[in-house]
Amino acid sequence: MKTPPIAILDYGMGNLFSVRQACRFAGLEADVTCDKGKIMRAGALIVPGVGAFGDAMAVLERGELCAVIADFIKSGKPFMGICLGFQILFSESEEFGLQKGLGIFPGRVVKFSRPGKALKVPQVGWNSIYSARGATGWNGTELSGVSDGEFMYFVHSFYVQPLLQECVLATSTYEGIGFCSAFKKDNVFACQFHPEKSAGAGMAIYRNFQKIIERA
Amino acid sequence: MSKNIRIIPRLDIKGADLVKGIHLEGLRVLGKPEEFAAYYYECGADELLYMDVVASLFGRNSLHGIISRIARETYIPLIVGGGLRTIEDIAQVLRVGADKVSLNTEAIKNPKMISEAARKFGSSTILISIETIKQADGRYLAYTDNGREFTGVEVLEWAKRVEELGAGEILLTSVDRDGTGKGYDVELTKMVSDAVAIPVISGGGCGSLQDVEHVITAGHADAVTLASVLHYDRLKRFPGTVPNLTGEGNMEYLKSGKSFSKISPVNLCDLKSYLVARGINCRHSVSLGKVG
Repeated sequence: MKTPPIAILDYGMGNLFSVRQACRFAGLEADVTCDKGKIMRAGALIVPGVGAFGDAMAVLERGELCAVIADFIKSGKPFMGICLGFQILFSESEEFGLQKGLGIFPGRVVKFSRPGKALKVPQVGWNSIYSARGATGWNGTELSGVSDGEFMYFVHSFYVQPLLQECVLATSTYEGIGFCSAFKKDNVFACQFHPEKSAGAGMAIYRNFQKIIERA
Repeated sequence: MSKNIRIIPRLDIKGADLVKGIHLEGLRVLGKPEEFAAYYYECGADELLYMDVVASLFGRNSLHGIISRIARETYIPLIVGGGLRTIEDIAQVLRVGADKVSLNTEAIKNPKMISEAARKFGSSTILISIETIKQADGRYLAYTDNGREFTGVEVLEWAKRVEELGAGEILLTSVDRDGTGKGYDVELTKMVSDAVAIPVISGGGCGSLQDVEHVITAGHADAVTLASVLHYDRLKRFPGTVPNLTGEGNMEYLKSGKSFSKISPVNLCDLKSYLVARGINCRHSVSLGKVG
C-alpha cells in the first residue's frame, strides 16, 4: 500500500531541505507547506525548527498555525516534532524572559546552566540517547531497532522538562546535565536531536515513522 | 564525562574539483568532491566542510551544484564556505542543502553582517572562519582570501568579538600549518578555545593520529578539520578514481603518483578507534545511512 503524502510545516524556521531528503529516503512523499487544508489532509505532520522560541511562536501565531498543530495532534495521525518543533509543544520557555508555548503538553523549556560553572552552550554535536523505558521500551516507537546509547546530532541551548515523566522516551546527558532527548505520547513523537542529520541511526527513525504512518 | 569531539573532513573545491594546497596556496587537483564526500560519510565523518577556495577571489559561487548533489546522499551536517557575501548568498546555499555557513572576508569587512545573519538564520547556522598567520613577534593575525590578504586584526580580539556578535562556532585555521602535516597549532587553538564559550573547530596541519589527539587534549579543540591525511588515505585505497576532472588547478601531482612527504594517511574509522582507546569521546560504531 502506498503511504499517503505527509506535510512538513514551513514556518520559516530552519532547514527544510534535509528533512525532505530524509523523508524521501524513507519513501515518504512530503509537501513543504503552511497551507492549513493541505496540512489537515496529510497522513502525518512534521514540525521541524531551528532558531528562537519566541520568534517561532510569533510566526505561528501570525500564520494562525497554533490551532492547526493542536488540531492535527488531536486528529490522532502521526506527528513528529524536531528540536524547536519539540520545544514549542510545551507550556512555556525561559528563553529571553518567559515565553508562552503551544501548551499541548505540560512542561517547561529551560537553558543548560549550572551555578558557578561556565558551560559550552549551545551543545553542538553528537551525543548518545538512552532508553528511559528499559530494554524493550522503544519497541513499536520511532526508536524501534535503534541501539541504546546510539549517537544522534544535537544543536541546542535549551531542553524540555516534561511534566509527564512516563512520556520521556530517551534521555541524554550534556555537561553533566541529564535531559529528555525524545518524547512519546500516543501519536506524538518529538525529539531534541535532528534525525535528518544523524546519519544511519537518524534514517532508521524516518523508516520507523513511515511504518507507523502506514499502520495508522 | 567530557563531550564528544567532532571529526570534520574538509573539502577544498575549485571549480568542480577537489583540491588541496599548502598554506592554502598551490592547489593540486585530487578528484571529484562527491566521491570523497560519500566515502567520508560512510567512514563515519561527523560533519563535512566544503570550502570554495577561489570564490572570494573571483566572486563566483560554483558550489551550489556540488552541495545539492552531496546533500542528497549524506545525512550529516554540511558546512559551506567561500565567497558568501550577502544574506541572500547564505539563504541560497542553505536552500540547496547546506546546514551551516562559514564566513570570513565579508565578516571582517562588515562585522554587522554576523549579527544580521545570526538573527535571520540562527546563531548555530553561522560559523566564522578565522584564517591565521603567526607574525615574527609571536602575534596571531587574521587574514582573508585564503591567507592572502593582510587585515591587521588580532585573532583573539576578533574571536571574542564574533562571539559577541552572535557567531555559533569558530572555524580556526592556521595558514602556517595548512597542508604541511606538521601538526595543528595547539597554542593558537588553546588561546582561542579557552577565551570563548562557543565551539572552536581547529584546522590546518594535521599529519597524523597523534596530532588530532594533541589538539584536543592540549589545545582544547571542540572539533577538528582534516584534509590531506584523509585525501591521501582515500587516494591510496582508490588509486583509479581520477577521470573527468575539469583541470582547474595543478594536475601534475595526480599524474606523478607522488605522495605528501610529511603526511601519514589517516582513515576515519582508525582515527575514531584511536581516540576512543585514549579516552577521548567521539561518535563511533556508526550505522550507515545506505540501508534498505
